[in-house]
Parts: sequence; C-alpha cells; structure tokens
Amino acid sequence: MPDETNAKAMSIIVTKGTLDWAYPPFILATTAAAMGLEVTMFFTFYGLTLLKKDLNLKINPLGNAAMEMPMGGGHMSMPNILAAMPGATALTSAMMKNMLHKKGVASIPELREMAQEADVNMIACQMTMDLFEYKREDMIDGISLGGAATWVDAATRCQINLYI
Amino acid sequence: MADMVLDAKGLSCPLPILRAKKALKDLPTGKTLEIQATDPGSVKDFEAFCRATGNEMVEHHIDGGTYYFTIRHSG
Repeated sequence: MPDETNAKAMSIIVTKGTLDWAYPPFILATTAAAMGLEVTMFFTFYGLTLLKKDLNLKINPLGNAAMEMPMGGGHMSMPNILAAMPGATALTSAMMKNMLHKKGVASIPELREMAQEADVNMIACQMTMDLFEYKREDMIDGISLGGAATWVDAATRCQINLYI
Repeated sequence: MADMVLDAKGLSCPLPILRAKKALKDLPTGKTLEIQATDPGSVKDFEAFCRATGNEMVEHHIDGGTYYFTIRHSG
C-alpha cells in the first residue's frame, strides 16, 4: 500500500481476464516496480480470474475485427463464423501462446510471479469474489481482499492510476 | 569491461528491464552491468529506466543487431 513518504506509486484496476488483456497490467506493474514505484493492482470482475492458482487463459477472435495473426509474410484474421465454431477458442489460444513463446514474450504466470517477487500489492475485489462464488483457496497466496474504498484510498497517493 | 554481463538477447519487453533490475540488485554500488539485448525498444527503455532509478548509463552501442548497454549501479 503506498504511504505518504513514498516518492512514486502506481495503481491499476484490472477488469479483463483474457490472454491478450492480461498482458498490459502485468507488464506495466512489473516494469513500474522495477523502476522503483510502489504498485497496487486491484482485480475486479473478469480480471479476478488472473489471481486464480490454476491459470488457463484463453482468447477468441470473435467480434474482434482488429485481431489478425502474422501468417506467411502477411496477416490473417478469422471470420466470425469460424471463430464461433467449437474448438476455435482452444485453437486460437494455443496459437497465441505458441507465438508469444517464440517471440520471447514472458508468459502470464511468469509475469505474475515476478510481480509478486517485486512486492506488487495485489487486491482481489471482495464483491466479485462473492458474486462469482470464488473461494479464497482458489486464489494464489500473498494477495489481500478489499473493496472500492481500498482502491480509492491507495489511488489518492498514486501519481499514476490506470483502468485496464 | 563490465563487472557483470547479462544476456537478454531474444527477450521481449519488459523482460530485459526486469532481468536487469534483478541483476543490479546483486551488484555492489559503483560496479557496472553490461546488458546485451536484441529488442529495438530497449534503447529508449533503458534510458528511461536509468532516469527513473538514478542508475548511470555509462555507454551504449549497437553491433551486428545486438544492443549493448553499460549501466553503473548508482541508484
């Protein structure tokens, strides 16, 4: 939790839990921590899944017209009708994870572990825990539970506050 | 010649920065760390990292597609 004496701090509200949207918050949190900032991450709604012990992140291009994958020197996007087929999520997720690995991009479990090592303060939204019926033991150790007031209190002492 | 060398070739943002931060932690103040990276974004990123952390960028250059940064642990 940022304190009055700390020079710089950042908070991020994490609202999305798909494979693609998991990256910006963890990349920014680990980098800011490496640059000496005190970092608070508040996980709410679908972002909460990123705190589960068992991470199996997925992505589906359905309805995302901007998503294209490099292929044979060009780029390919998947038509919605194919993205809606059974197995399209598993296939796209596997392709994306393979591409991330080949390009030297850290995995989300790796980034999350580095965030924990760097003492990033992770708060799980209590309301969302109750809403989606998650148990504390479904989630990784070293996190705390809190609500909107907890984030607001932290954010008033941060120079950077992001909503992702 | 730097006191410590970190091979971050083939790694994408933000791994070169995170590995460098980890390496600096083990390096006594005043000693230098050489980072080797292939991520073109690392040039701007290491400048920013040094500015934010107070570590000194002693030298940086590119040679055959690899970026070399020498940072003195002073932050």
